[in-house]
Amino acid sequence: MADFEPRIVTFCCNWCSYAGADGAGVARLQMPTNFRIIRTMCSARVDPEFVLRAFAKGADGVMVLGCHPADCHYIGGNYRARRRIALLRMVLEQYGFDPKRLKLEWVSASEGEKFQKTIVEFVDTIKELGPTPLVKEAN
Amino acid sequence: MDLADRGIHVYLVEKDPTIGGVMCRLDKTFPTNDCSACILSPKMADCAGHPNIDVLTYHEVQKVEGEAGDFKVTVLKKARYVNPKECTGCGDCLAKCPVKNIPDKYEYGLTTRKAIYIPHAQAVPRVAIIDKDYCNMIKKGKCGLCQKNCGKGAIHYDDKDEEITLEVGSIIAAPGFQVWNAANATEYGYGRYQNVVTAIEYERLMCASGPHRGHIVVPSSGEDPKKIAYIQCCGSRSEKKGWKKYCSSVCCMYATKQAMITKEHGDLQEDIFFMDIRSYGKEFEAYIHRGENEYGIKMHRGARVSNVEEDPVTKKLTISYTDDENNGVSEEFDMVVLSVGLVPPEGAQEFADMLGIELNEYGFCKTTVYHPLETTRKGVFVTGAFAAPKDIPTSVAEACGASAKAGAYIVDENFEPCAPKVYPPEKDVEGKEPRVGVWVCHCGINIGSVVDVPAVAEYAKTLPHVVLSEESQYACAQDCLEAISAAIKEHDLNRVVVASCTPRTHEPLFREACRNGGLNKYLFNMANIRDQCSWIHMHEHEAATNKAKDLLRMAIAKACLLEPLVGAEIPVTNAAAVIGGGITGMTAALDIAAQGYPVHLVERENELGGYARNFRHKEDGVAVEDFLKETIEKVESNKLITVHKGVTVKDIPGYVGNFNLQLSDGSEYPVGVVLFAVGAAAYEPTEYNNGKDPKVMTQTVAEKKIADGSFNGQDVVFIQCVGSRSKDVNYCSRVCCAASLREAIQIKMNNPMANVTVVHKDIRTYSFREELYYRACQLGVKFLRYPVENELPAYDGNVVKAYDSTLGAEVEIPADTVILAAGIAPDRENKENLAKMVKVPISKDGFYFEAHQKLRPVDFATEGVYVAGAAHWPKFMDECIAQASGAASRMLTVISKDKLISEGITAISNPDRCDGCGVCVGCCDYNAITLVEQPDGGLKSFVNPGLCKGCGCCVASCPAGAMEQRGFRSKQIIAEIDACLDYPVGGE
Repeated sequence: MADFEPRIVTFCCNWCSYAGADGAGVARLQMPTNFRIIRTMCSARVDPEFVLRAFAKGADGVMVLGCHPADCHYIGGNYRARRRIALLRMVLEQYGFDPKRLKLEWVSASEGEKFQKTIVEFVDTIKELGPTPLVKEAN
Repeated sequence: MDLADRGIHVYLVEKDPTIGGVMCRLDKTFPTNDCSACILSPKMADCAGHPNIDVLTYHEVQKVEGEAGDFKVTVLKKARYVNPKECTGCGDCLAKCPVKNIPDKYEYGLTTRKAIYIPHAQAVPRVAIIDKDYCNMIKKGKCGLCQKNCGKGAIHYDDKDEEITLEVGSIIAAPGFQVWNAANATEYGYGRYQNVVTAIEYERLMCASGPHRGHIVVPSSGEDPKKIAYIQCCGSRSEKKGWKKYCSSVCCMYATKQAMITKEHGDLQEDIFFMDIRSYGKEFEAYIHRGENEYGIKMHRGARVSNVEEDPVTKKLTISYTDDENNGVSEEFDMVVLSVGLVPPEGAQEFADMLGIELNEYGFCKTTVYHPLETTRKGVFVTGAFAAPKDIPTSVAEACGASAKAGAYIVDENFEPCAPKVYPPEKDVEGKEPRVGVWVCHCGINIGSVVDVPAVAEYAKTLPHVVLSEESQYACAQDCLEAISAAIKEHDLNRVVVASCTPRTHEPLFREACRNGGLNKYLFNMANIRDQCSWIHMHEHEAATNKAKDLLRMAIAKACLLEPLVGAEIPVTNAAAVIGGGITGMTAALDIAAQGYPVHLVERENELGGYARNFRHKEDGVAVEDFLKETIEKVESNKLITVHKGVTVKDIPGYVGNFNLQLSDGSEYPVGVVLFAVGAAAYEPTEYNNGKDPKVMTQTVAEKKIADGSFNGQDVVFIQCVGSRSKDVNYCSRVCCAASLREAIQIKMNNPMANVTVVHKDIRTYSFREELYYRACQLGVKFLRYPVENELPAYDGNVVKAYDSTLGAEVEIPADTVILAAGIAPDRENKENLAKMVKVPISKDGFYFEAHQKLRPVDFATEGVYVAGAAHWPKFMDECIAQASGAASRMLTVISKDKLISEGITAISNPDRCDGCGVCVGCCDYNAITLVEQPDGGLKSFVNPGLCKGCGCCVASCPAGAMEQRGFRSKQIIAEIDACLDYPVGGE
């Protein structure tokens, strides 16, 4: 397990968290390489189907990052994302899939450091959880 | 941007090397605690990228000649020593500069920078600059390291200052403000005590992009503070030498914000010491309550701190003040934050002389109540804190207003809007197999030193549909952009992917290159392998290279599925509707008509004038009645303004550019935009037997009596906050304090023997209105402060009984006349009726809720509908007038066009899949989706591209998979997911 390098798909909204990720770069904040960012305009664009698709394809973890509550560029998209992800986590749990593998977090455009912290912590969480059970079964 | 959006060419002259002013230095903004950088950065990028705006940073105006409509402005282009066209903002030059430890002005000296520097992380433009006072090469001709390290050859030590001349029709002065020099407050020890900081420095300490990355520490020890004190009115509201008499308007709110945000950083005790808490703005009162009750911030009312003492060993600070029980108290704190006031910008007098405008007695730009945006020189306008201390939304509304005024000197019958650029025709890609061209950028050494760029470029060649893959030293450089345009033709590319920095800053540039090559700009995609890869994985070459390959593969996979998009064309009716014929509505109507567009002005009463008809006082020596009469005449004689009196609005169906104004008299008018200037209502108090007891009257009644000479009160008591700041009405009506003091002064002037007392919770004469407070005090008006939480004082027909917080005792004040400062009620029912017609929100206090409290103060989220004046929030006449002009400007940006182009990445519904469930309708915050009945009786959702903002929320909500977002289609995003996970890390 020591050399397990998780594969993590990270959805970032264009206005806050994607900018926060850029901010981490501008500040040269170092972090693990395990994640790949997919940009959407709003966290509310993240269809639960995308999350399930990523897990089905073997992602060890999925993160959805959006603007802080009340800061959404599109008025209230992040609230909808919050509800959807909460429901999706419940569904995952019902199917015996550890909902800790799906994380929703708020990262603002100025929070490069929070972005870094979020990534570091999530990579640690997934490392603790080990490889996704879905791939094991598929193999 | 308002002017530029109307096709007017704008020169934005900024003496600093970056735009953004003070706001981009702030951490959060009150009362929403929005992140300042988040909301401002997109605006700065839009501004810098606008084809009609020349952003002239590090330029300074030298001379203004000519007259309104035909000014000649001489501007000094200061030597930057770095060519902004060549600089990529990579920062390589900074790394090698040997001159360190120069105090960083942007960080208020809290940190240091080098002789060559980029002002800050969000700088626009993000271009380096050399400080010639420190650069060894410029001073002594020795060094040159930055030039050697610049891969682009952007550094030129022989750069010279240069004079340029601009020919403009009008000028807007917006030099802002500076903070008061806290070293003048020797009693607080700023500059001597390490742990005493100013609020603006504290703002940087709090900020995630600040010198401590948002970790607040006690300067002397580096430890987390346990106790912080905020001292208000530092530099304001005092006649002490070096201090300012006026109130700085924003400090109460920003101090509360800082205290709240600090609490979010960690548990600690925070105390705010103030004389009056001045939370007069929209939802400010509730904000202060939250700070006090939810965050546990200790509010010390009526407590002006006399001095601060430092313990020389522990560096802790002792504050002396008087507590609620009138005891002298000393308390120790780890840190003291001085809420420093706002003063005119450095060199304001020279600036004013150069522009040929006058300043007022406080050194701010001189304006009048009736013309708040006009300076003393025709054609020169003012906005923002240069005219008076004020908050961001007021400045923004004024900025729009000033652009409406400025536009009037430019737009005439001969006006030709800036011609849009002509591009080659776009190639047809329909049904063609993707042919992708890839450019992988080294960004000097920024990417290349971490990621194996040649390997990534080679790898791209192995991916499906890639016909060309090249490396580039700087993909954003002109030569590469031209190469991209040429390659589109030469290699018949129909998709372009660039792996470089972030699309947030550079996508427009590459999209432009695509358009120049005849490719639809939406057929471009970007992989962010710098900000989100090489910069954050600097020591992991192999893993970063693999990640770059993955990101590029994902970008290419999505690109192959991209389709050309064209924003829908929405026709525009070039006319406006203004609902409400008060001063606000009339001002907006006149501003719109002044630029040649017809206006329908609707007033439910039988005459124009609104609430101002009740006023009998003078402003700047001119009676409100006279101003009103003159304005009504101007409106009624204006051929472009159709006044509809004694009618109400029945309905306003439609959307931006295409509303149908339907009135109660049955008439209908097509209009492109609608303004709600419906004002508010005076609260009619039932308290104190008002209306029945002849000794009791409202301010409005008193004003009339004072004016017609029938006022004969000898023992007069004003009672503030009747119908405001109570259990039922949790807001401040903003205008009543100044109105009471104005009347109190008048009573004392007419009859110096009258006993006048003002019973209040806080006196809120913000900004220069503080002068009223001084005058009232000088004339012998007495003030009695009672606790905020108390019920209103009692009046038995002879005496007013109130608890005096200063004496700490119940007092009785004889009163033959009681004047009630009755608040402003929202007139909620009228507002709600109108709100329903265009689906705009109403705040919990019953006023209209704008699109964004800071940066879009007169827009609604529903495009094409605007708000101004007391309909938005209680405000003074000058504020209403400025805001009305602001709304007019916003409206002009729409109706001055013949058509609008909608955003390309809008949602679209597939009728074959839609089963009319309506889930999407409910989740759209912009009311862009409607269910349309079909011939077969079924329902299908329809997205109005004019209203859709492209968030994609509805797409994720659609259970039938009928909804799609162009540019972010589900299959495109899934292609990215699959491209990520179907391959091992790093490809093969």
